[in-house]
Amino acid sequence: MSLVLTDVQVAFGGFRALDGVSFAMESHALAGIIGPNGAGKSTLFSVISGFIRPTAGSVSLAGQVLDRLAPAARARRGMVRTFQVPKEFRHLTVRENLMAAAPNQAGESLVPLFFAPARIRAQEAAIRAEADATIARLNLAAVADTPAGRLSGGQKKLLELGRALMVKPRLILLDEPFAGVNPVLVEQIVAQVRDLHAAGIGFLIIEHDLPALSRLCPRLAVLDRGRIIADGTPAEVLADTAVRDAYLGGIAA
Amino acid sequence: MEAYLVAIGIIAAIQVLLALGLTVQYGLTGLINFGHVGFFAIGAYASAILSLKGVPLPLCFVAAAGFAALAAWPIGLVALRLRDDYFAIVTLGFSETVRLVITSEAWLTNGVQGIPGIPRLMSGPGMLPQVFVLACLLACCIAAALAYRRIAKSPFGRAIEAIRDNEDALAALGKDPARFKLQVLALGAGLAGIAGAFYAHYITYLVPDQFVPLVTFYVWMAIIMGGVGRVSGAILGALLLMVFLEGSRFLRDIAPGLIGEAEMASVRIGAVGLALILFMIYRPQGLVGDYSRR
Repeated sequence: MSLVLTDVQVAFGGFRALDGVSFAMESHALAGIIGPNGAGKSTLFSVISGFIRPTAGSVSLAGQVLDRLAPAARARRGMVRTFQVPKEFRHLTVRENLMAAAPNQAGESLVPLFFAPARIRAQEAAIRAEADATIARLNLAAVADTPAGRLSGGQKKLLELGRALMVKPRLILLDEPFAGVNPVLVEQIVAQVRDLHAAGIGFLIIEHDLPALSRLCPRLAVLDRGRIIADGTPAEVLADTAVRDAYLGGIAA
Repeated sequence: MEAYLVAIGIIAAIQVLLALGLTVQYGLTGLINFGHVGFFAIGAYASAILSLKGVPLPLCFVAAAGFAALAAWPIGLVALRLRDDYFAIVTLGFSETVRLVITSEAWLTNGVQGIPGIPRLMSGPGMLPQVFVLACLLACCIAAALAYRRIAKSPFGRAIEAIRDNEDALAALGKDPARFKLQVLALGAGLAGIAGAFYAHYITYLVPDQFVPLVTFYVWMAIIMGGVGRVSGAILGALLLMVFLEGSRFLRDIAPGLIGEAEMASVRIGAVGLALILFMIYRPQGLVGDYSRR
C-alpha cells in the first residue's frame, strides 16, 4: 500500500502551480514536504485529496488510481487530510466535531433514524466513548463541550488531527500543522504524530517550519515553484545547494 | 364566522406544512429552494389525478409525497453539486417547468381547463367534513414537527450542521455532503407534496395558475418572518402570513369604498412586502429565530 504521484501538473491559467511532481511513499511512512510560501504545497495536497483536479498526471493509492474519485471517496480509502486554515465545524462542540467524523453511522440515514432507534442509540454511545478517548489523548478534555469556533488556532489544529483519527485512516495528510501554533502545542503535536506513527499510522506533512519538520520526519522532500528539487533524509536535504538557494536564498540575499 | 375560521385554519395549516418543508431544507441545511411550489404542484396533481381514477385517498396522499420526493431526486443529483445560488436558480426553473408541463400536457392534467370535481377528504353536511380536514392537517403538522426535532438532534442532524459550517471538511472526512442534501431536499419536497394533496382535496379544483412562483415566496416570507430554522418559527410565520393575507379583507370592510375589489390583491401583496422589509430592518432573525446560530 503506497501513495504514488506521477508527473502531477496543475495550471491556473498561465501559472503552473505544480509543474510535474512525482513522489511516492509507503502509506505507513512518515514524510515531510517543505517549501517556501507559494511553492505549491497546499495545491499538492488538494490534488492528492481530490479537491483540485490536476491538469495532467495521476494519483494512486495502494495501486488504485484515484483520479476520478471525489474527496469523500478518497477519504474512505483510508487517506484523510487536514487543512492549513482549520475548517472546524464551528457551531458544534469539540466532542460533536469528533463524533461527526466517525464513519458508517446508521443514524446518518433517515430510514434507520425512524425505524431502528435502539441500534442508533447503541452506536452513538460507542462513538461518544471513542470521541472522549480521542479528546483525552489530545488533551482537549477542558474544551470538550466548547463550540469549536471558540478554540485557539493550535487547539483547532489538534481538533483537526482528532477528527482525522476518528476516521481510522492508514495515512493522514497534515497541512501546516505548526503554522500559527504556540511552541508548547507544537511540541505536543510533534509528540502525538510520533506516537501515532509508532502505532502504525502514516503521515505526510507539509510545512514551512523547517526545524520542527526535520526533527520529526526521517524523509523530507523540498517543493519549490511547483517542482520537487530535493528528496532525502533531513541532513541530505539541508546540505543540498539547490535547497539552500530556494529556501534561504531570499534571506541570504 | 366559524366556517370562515375553519377555512382559514385549513389554508394556514397547509402553509405551515409548506413552511416546515422549507425549514428542513433552508433552516436546517441552508438549501435555497426557490421551487417549493413545484413540489406542491406535483403533490396536488398526483393526488387529484389518482383519486379521480379511483385510488383510495390515503394511498393518494402517500403517492403525492412519493412523487414529489422522487421529483427532487434528479434535481438534487444535478444541482446539489452546484453552488448555493445556482441551486436556487435551478429550483426556480424547475417549478416553472412543472407549471408549464401541467399547462401543456392536457391529456394528463386537462391543461388550462384544470381538473374539477376532485373528491373531498370527507363529504357530508355541516361543518364536520371541514373540521375533519383541519384535524388531519394538524396531525400531519405535528408529525412533521416531531420528525424535524428528531432529525435535528440525530447524527443526521449533526452531519447537516457540519455541512452548514464547512462542507469541504466533511467531504475530507469521507462523507459526501450531496448525499445528505439530497435526502433533505427529498424530505422537504415530500412534505410539500402532502401539502399539495391536502390543497387539492380541499379546494377540489386545480388549474396551473394556482402554482405560480409567488406561492414559493409566500412560504419564504413566512419562515423569514417567523424565524429561520425553528419549528415554532415556521408555524408563527405561516400564521402571521395568513393574518396579512386575510386581514386585508377586513381592511375593506373597515374602509368601504376606499379600496376596490381589483386593488385588493395588490394591497395584500404590498402589505406582506412591507412587513417583510420591516422585519429585515428591525428583526432579521424573525419572531423566534436564533440570531447567533447563523
